[in-house]
Amino acid sequence: MSTPAPVVALQEVSKRFRGGTIALEGIDLDVHPREFVSLIGPSGCGKSTLLRVIGDLVPPTEGTVTVNGKTAQRARRDRDYGIVFQQAVLYDWRTVAKNIALPLEMLGWDRSKRKARVDEMLQLVELTAFADHHPWQLSGGMQQRVSIARALSFEPALLLMDEPFGALDEMTRERLNVELLRIWSETGSTVVFVTHSIPEAVFLSTRVVVMSPRPGRIAQMIDVDLPQPRTNAVREEPRFFELVTEVREALARGGAEQATAQLVAEGEL
Amino acid sequence: MIRRLRDWLPVFAVFAAGILLWQFAFAPWLGHFLLPTPTAIARSLHAHWSVLWQAGWFTLQEALGGFAIGSGLGIAVALALARWRRLSGALMPYAIAANAVPIIAFAPIMNDWFGLLNPRSKMAIAAVLCFFPVLVNTVRGLTTVPPAAIELMRSYAASELQIFRRVRVPNALPFIFTGLKVATVLSMIGAIVGEYFGGSIQALGVQIENSVTLFDLPLAWAAIVVASAMGIAFYSLIGVVERFTMGWHPSAHGVRE
Repeated sequence: MSTPAPVVALQEVSKRFRGGTIALEGIDLDVHPREFVSLIGPSGCGKSTLLRVIGDLVPPTEGTVTVNGKTAQRARRDRDYGIVFQQAVLYDWRTVAKNIALPLEMLGWDRSKRKARVDEMLQLVELTAFADHHPWQLSGGMQQRVSIARALSFEPALLLMDEPFGALDEMTRERLNVELLRIWSETGSTVVFVTHSIPEAVFLSTRVVVMSPRPGRIAQMIDVDLPQPRTNAVREEPRFFELVTEVREALARGGAEQATAQLVAEGEL
Repeated sequence: MIRRLRDWLPVFAVFAAGILLWQFAFAPWLGHFLLPTPTAIARSLHAHWSVLWQAGWFTLQEALGGFAIGSGLGIAVALALARWRRLSGALMPYAIAANAVPIIAFAPIMNDWFGLLNPRSKMAIAAVLCFFPVLVNTVRGLTTVPPAAIELMRSYAASELQIFRRVRVPNALPFIFTGLKVATVLSMIGAIVGEYFGGSIQALGVQIENSVTLFDLPLAWAAIVVASAMGIAFYSLIGVVERFTMGWHPSAHGVRE
């Protein structure tokens, strides 16, 4: 039995910023089709940098990055992925519909084809009534749904999400979590999702990648075997709590190892 | 509509109070010769209406010409500076230094260069005054784009030119209009200051200068009223264009900060 080729393949990826900060060190990670992989770790563990390395928005210092079997740069040029940031990053001068249409414009789609797809996307994120509104007229949660619709509009095989719900209140976040899972199962895409919320990572993912900081390394990978499709009821199951605990302990271990390493380096131990 | 009226009421009240204080307190206190009463100014304005109106229009045309040249150049240079950052580093100090030169020093030189009676000499002064605020505001608007807004475009494999057209320029519009509004007022000042150093008898600045020399202060004040009215009209015109161009902006929908 042969496993399908990974959508994202990282080998020995390191990133050193000018000034010497080591953001990432020796990252090996394969993300397979239809996987939902969360990168979780404390601030400064390089998880956002890792996402940008996959998206060819930040070049790695060492190692190889392969997306859809191509170099990361080739994949970006081919518009192989859609990206969602913590802020919705909607352009104020464009209506909701036109914001969603932006990548389609960049791909050179004609007007009628664009309109048909935008209508579909508005339905998907349940914002049809707001097509002609401007971003500032929407709530934070609605803005983020527009941002997701925009990332999905050209049907990229890969969705990169950088703490997309981090700035939202807990209730909105939980609702959008369920919505995201529905979209994920409907579109059949592969997702790499950065978060620092443990329950969010467990609820959404098929696999959680726990990272430790300075330098950013992969501390542990935890497969999430909760059944699909998931609803909010999952959040109350014992298995959910077990997994949350497992991730929490992995995070604590990662932090402890790092603290120990630092003490050794400083000659205290 | 009622709401609008209520918003404007304090403005009118302050205006009326100012006029009354002027008429019955300041003017009698300073003497009617040094500070003519509003009624005397109004009489003068009425008596010399056609001359003043023509002078105002003459000067406004100079201001408009200078505004167009100065703002146009300011936007053009800003686009170049934002596109080629290294150029910006090399040129910006000189732009700042040039802005520090007092405009009064330029006025007689421009009159010599372009001819005392030629409106172009006044346009040149107005243009120099308009250039800098438009340049600085436009550069700021083109460069203060949230990093994620640029990253998003790069994720779509957008070229520099596409990023410019779709993100930087629209992002700069509110900044550009701020610069343009400042420039409207400056262009009127530039034209009138230029006229103080000599110009056509039809010009408003020359009218003010002459009437002061002849101690006809009500006429001088009447000319100042016309100059202000022209400045306010020009400013408002740009405000209308701004609303028209940026219908998407929250401020165009009565949203307040």
